Amino acid sequence: MTCSRRDFLKEAVGGTLASVLPISAFTLLTTDEAKAAIAESNIRWAFLVDTTKCVGCGLCVKACKTENEIPYDAAVTRTWVERYVVTKDGQTHIDSPMGGRDGYTTDLIRDEEIDPEDIAKAFFVPKLCNQCDNPACVQVCPVGATYQTNDGIVLIDRDWCIGCGYCIMACPYGVRFFHPEHKVADKCNFCYHRISKGMEPACVECCSFGARRLANLRDPDDPVTKIITTERVAVLKDEYGTKPHVFYIGLDANVR
Amino acid sequence: MSEELIVHGIEWTVKELFVYPNEYIYWSIQIVMYPYMTGLVAGAFVLSSLYHVFGQKELKEIAQFSLVFSLALLPVAAMPLLLHLQQPTRAMEPLLTPHFTSAIAAFGIVFTAYALIVLSEIWFVYREYFVAQVHALKDKPGLANAMSRLVYRVLTIGAYDVSEEAVRVDKKAATIMAAIGIPVACFLHGYAGFIFGSVKANALWMSPLMPVIFIMSAVVSGIALCMLTYIVIMEWQAFRQRRKGGGVEASEIKGAEKDIINQATRYLLGFLIAAISLEMLDLIFRGYTAMKSWDILRSVMYGKDFVNIFVLQYTLGNLVPFVLLMLPRRTLKRTVLALVLVLFGVFMMRWNVVIGGQAFSLSFSGYMHYEIPVIPHSFETFKEGVFGALTVIATPFVLFWIINKFVPSLRRDARGS
Repeated sequence: MTCSRRDFLKEAVGGTLASVLPISAFTLLTTDEAKAAIAESNIRWAFLVDTTKCVGCGLCVKACKTENEIPYDAAVTRTWVERYVVTKDGQTHIDSPMGGRDGYTTDLIRDEEIDPEDIAKAFFVPKLCNQCDNPACVQVCPVGATYQTNDGIVLIDRDWCIGCGYCIMACPYGVRFFHPEHKVADKCNFCYHRISKGMEPACVECCSFGARRLANLRDPDDPVTKIITTERVAVLKDEYGTKPHVFYIGLDANVR
Repeated sequence: MSEELIVHGIEWTVKELFVYPNEYIYWSIQIVMYPYMTGLVAGAFVLSSLYHVFGQKELKEIAQFSLVFSLALLPVAAMPLLLHLQQPTRAMEPLLTPHFTSAIAAFGIVFTAYALIVLSEIWFVYREYFVAQVHALKDKPGLANAMSRLVYRVLTIGAYDVSEEAVRVDKKAATIMAAIGIPVACFLHGYAGFIFGSVKANALWMSPLMPVIFIMSAVVSGIALCMLTYIVIMEWQAFRQRRKGGGVEASEIKGAEKDIINQATRYLLGFLIAAISLEMLDLIFRGYTAMKSWDILRSVMYGKDFVNIFVLQYTLGNLVPFVLLMLPRRTLKRTVLALVLVLFGVFMMRWNVVIGGQAFSLSFSGYMHYEIPVIPHSFETFKEGVFGALTVIATPFVLFWIINKFVPSLRRDARGS
């Protein structure tokens, strides 16, 4: 077979064109274009945690594990409750055994007994995914398996996640983990399967003290939205620029 | 513990004080191996380019070798990532649906581009040799010869023209590939540094200096490994020749040539100084600005990881080999010792970045210790343990042995023109 340089170049250009043309039928969207293509939602989910009402019973953690099928005795959880005990000498003692699932029924903090007389203040802080407006986890996912819906919830596609763990590393709040059975990243999504049908998240539904509440920030008549917009609320770790959407009443400087 | 309760990371993470419930050492030994092996690839290539592009004649012998060795190292740069994935069967997804705001998304593209450059450079350098082999093996009998002739015929890709003009074009093309290869090699590795440096949630990793530090230490480790392997192979060949009997002219077998080693050592020291300076700058800056995270970082660096960082990495891995290489009347044995220590030092640097970055909780109120699995009891504890790491380390040498059968980087007669 002979092939002159001219023929070779001709064939090469032809072949390249033939293979590239079908690809050009697809359009690459920028993030903004993709967002614009999705209709604007009249919902922006947010969460309100009133730490002054939390008693650390752990019912929310139990409900969450059951509702979302996170193996009950596995040492990972979508939501958890932290206990803070600040002693008079200025020390902060924090614990969250099994995410506070079984309730705080003992005075021992990591096998250490603290004399009630020494305690300056003590409180509980429930934690869950902050459904950030600028989520670091979504930014770093190499395959787009975790994404933000137009109502503000960050979801994970279990069939597409490659399990690299970059999103787990990127989250400043430590809400992400590998699901022990599915072997993909997992985290709280405000019980998306429930809230999108008009129900409350499992943890909100079971909280007997009203410490956890769901809000739709786009609905000015939503009673929880009214609290968030008119009262003094705080968020966790705003220095990371993630714009978290879980708001707290009664947050303390000691809270991590 | 039943299967469903084994959370990834729980088997090698020991928590101390307050750590968030979901925090574990998710990135373990394989993620230490990833930048280490990528660094060796990039460094080996840079060393070979010093000759091909900048005409450092003293490095000619080792340059050829480094080029082929960087090809053997190449697949191994991707291997730890594959072993680390929880869903390894989905490894091609970053190429199918790349999400470009992620630093990892570009890995496949950068890696493939780099692989093509290395392959084409080797082809241009060795094409003349391939053609010669096809002709030499033509009339030799036996199946083995026929097989290797077939391999060489495939390797030529049908380009049999070995006229002076064609060979000149080959050389020029190889130089161009080497020149393009330097920035791409630096990008390949600087980008590995970016993967860590851009994680804003991690107080130890987040630093714009990270990619530059990674490149410098990569070149250091690459040069060290090439020199070490080169010395060992040359000495081994010299040793075998001596054992066969004294029938070899002394001028023919020189062992590891002094000039090459001296010149390569100079480059090694230069890059080592650059790497250490940048690391020190990073450390001093963190201490001086003393941001919120400094308290916990200090307790990790000066306390829990003191031996790993200051004794093993800086003293044993940087200072000692630096002195060994700088002192006059350097012997080959001392050079080998220094090179082994340099390689160890760079490994410890990767370890201290990857594992050290996970040694403290995101809450800044607790610590995590990494207990590397030694005796595996499951596939996960194998690949994320000592034996997984050893497998990754051993692979490039096996690959080099195979590649060297067809692309001889050391045999004098085959060393191009």
